[in-house]
Amino acid sequence: MSNENVLLSIKDLHASVEEKNIIKGLNLDIKPGEVHAIMGPNGAGKSTMGYVLSGRDGYTVDSGSASLAGEDLLDMDVEDRARAGLFLAFQYPVEIPGVSNLEFLKVSVDAQREARGEESLTSAEFLKVAKEACKQVNLPVSFLKRGVNEGFSGGEKKRNEIMQMILLKPKLCILDETDSGLDIDAMQVVANGVNSQRSSERSFIVVTHYQRLLDYIKPDFVHVLADGKIVKSGDASLAKELEEQGYAWLQTEPKEDELED
Amino acid sequence: MTEQIDKALAREYEAGFVSAVESETFEPGLNEDVIRRISEVKGEPEWMLEWRLKAFRVWQEMEEPNWAHVDYEKVDFQAISYYSAPKSMKDKPKSLDEVDPELLRTYEKLGIPLVEQQMLAGVAVDAVFDSVSVVTTFREKLEEAGVIFCPISEAVHKYPELLKKYLGSVVPTKDNFFAALNCAVFTDGSFVYIPKGVRCPMELSTYFRINEQNTGQFERTLIIADEGSHVSYLEGCTAPQRDENQLHAAVVELVALDDAEIKYSTVQNWYPGDEEGKGGIYNFVTKRGICHTNAKISWTQVETGSSVTWKYPSCVLKGDNSIGEFYSVALTRGRQQADTGTKMIHIGKNTKSTIISKGISAGKSNNSYRGLVRMNPGAQGARNFTQCDSLLIGDQCGAHTFPYVESRNPSAIVEHEATTSKVSDDQMFLCQQRGIDPEKAVSMIVNGFCKEVFKELPMEFAVEAGKLLEISLEGSVG
Ligand SMILES: Nc1ncnc2c1ncn2[C@@H]1O[C@H](COP(=O)(O)OP(=O)(O)O)[C@@H](O)[C@H]1O
Ligand SMILES: [Mg+2]
Repeated sequence: MSNENVLLSIKDLHASVEEKNIIKGLNLDIKPGEVHAIMGPNGAGKSTMGYVLSGRDGYTVDSGSASLAGEDLLDMDVEDRARAGLFLAFQYPVEIPGVSNLEFLKVSVDAQREARGEESLTSAEFLKVAKEACKQVNLPVSFLKRGVNEGFSGGEKKRNEIMQMILLKPKLCILDETDSGLDIDAMQVVANGVNSQRSSERSFIVVTHYQRLLDYIKPDFVHVLADGKIVKSGDASLAKELEEQGYAWLQTEPKEDELED
Repeated sequence: MTEQIDKALAREYEAGFVSAVESETFEPGLNEDVIRRISEVKGEPEWMLEWRLKAFRVWQEMEEPNWAHVDYEKVDFQAISYYSAPKSMKDKPKSLDEVDPELLRTYEKLGIPLVEQQMLAGVAVDAVFDSVSVVTTFREKLEEAGVIFCPISEAVHKYPELLKKYLGSVVPTKDNFFAALNCAVFTDGSFVYIPKGVRCPMELSTYFRINEQNTGQFERTLIIADEGSHVSYLEGCTAPQRDENQLHAAVVELVALDDAEIKYSTVQNWYPGDEEGKGGIYNFVTKRGICHTNAKISWTQVETGSSVTWKYPSCVLKGDNSIGEFYSVALTRGRQQADTGTKMIHIGKNTKSTIISKGISAGKSNNSYRGLVRMNPGAQGARNFTQCDSLLIGDQCGAHTFPYVESRNPSAIVEHEATTSKVSDDQMFLCQQRGIDPEKAVSMIVNGFCKEVFKELPMEFAVEAGKLLEISLEGSVG
């Protein structure tokens, strides 16, 4: 480890999906408390990066390393990475019919508490914090009773992701295009949710296409991910440049399959 | 994922122990003599013996059915013993204190501490161990309300008029091969009578267990809800782990007279056999209820056990405005096969029926829904709604739906909806990404899928059913 004070450290990571190389030499260090924005063309591998870090089935690491708080991430099961503090807010949250949001949240929180050797919360205690989290993301409390994402609108699903993040208190949050498809009000709710959770202990990777989110969530760094690696890094002003000029000036020739979402 | 599922499905059957209870068991084999002996040990009156012998002759003329979507080695009816009683039962216990402690321990292992249930849950329990009814708790309290809840063998002596009138009135002897066999050889079961206008003060419950090797279990249940009365009844079933297949051929008859309501819930966890399909219970059961005017019968079943299940709890909606309901969760894994569903026979005007069936298949199992909705010519304004949902875990299992509709009344409305879904990788990944281990995730997803049915179970049993599913699914992912 180059630096003790690094929360996430990714070194020369290569990963593939269905035998196709997608991540091609990714390097990234994130210190506690930092917010890193990741931008880049469709098909660059942004979502894949999130899946590889969280250990999704079917995403194979070919070489390189990734560690969270000094622990080798790549060696752990999906649920152990989550318990170690890694949280992924999904680009397309899935529905689980019949399982109430409240139950799902409690089971998640209990699993993580148990892994840390903490007692599980009583139903009453949990209901209280869950209601509080609902308020923070502007979801009616009745959403706790509904099935996980069942019949939620796009915006409600994304707010539900932020609610989960608030309740799970992760060390590293990866938000994958959480702002896509949201109107300005919903986007502000998401941004406020993130800002309320910012602390010197917690870091964020915010994947987005839009400068407007970064007006609310002020990133410490902005990276451009193209063709499976970071091709440019800078501060918040880089996002503005990208918004104005697109990615073409970065000299990455878009391949045909990168044009799809 | 499939490989992991296979590997992990090799889990232990929790109720698969054998109790060291001394018992008296007949030699295997079936003939008129055996039937006479059964009748004799039970000290039955002549009419009962005649009834059995008549059924036996009918059965001999019948052929085993083979239309169900199940495949199993045929039963050798001469290799089964038709009577087994724990020895200590000979002098029947009058109270729990007199019950063989080993028996009580058996029930405790099954998670039914009778004594505790008696105190805490207020559930009256009739426990049938192999062929005889062991103990019926809470009798006195029920007697105060005028409710009769006793072993059917006792009812034969005490309430012959009710039995003569109703036994075989819903499921006639000739109904089917296994029902006829049951009529000839049934050894025990429960009898319930709720008097006019009485709301049974507590849930009634029976636990069945097959303990002896090579015994069949042929229990018979008869529930009569007199006019305007109400009763909720639950049965639970387990069996030890054996390499041989064991036969369970029960008959349940429900009679709901005018304005009466019967709610019948089953949590069935017979031994399902091992991963190769060796051993396990053949569960060939006939359950049917008849509804008179304005009456309602509601069947709720959670079926997780047995190697082969063949079961169609049905309602004959004879009276006008009567209601039939069927809520079912059937889970199969390993090599289990289930062919289950219901029949709703609409005879009266404005009769209504609802069918909600949730089939869950894992491993190499096969799970079929088979349902018949019949609207007779007189069923003016009758309605049925059927919803059949199948959930697949892994890709080596099968789910099938066989809905039959026969409508002879143009004003009757029949609606049918069916879905098939999988526990998706996306759902599993979401759960695991939140820190939930895969087994818990599957059981949570499956429980969510079954919610509409679980909410029909009495409260305390809904929790039990959820746990049972969780145990049954243990190891269904890697
Ligand atoms: N499950 C998958 N199977 C096959 N190809 C995939 C899969 N997931 C992603 N890819 C491919 O990987 C590349 C990167 O995709 P992705 O990480 O979703 O990009 P981004 O999120 O940056 O738009 C694309 O070419 C995409 O088609
Ligand atoms: Mg993406």
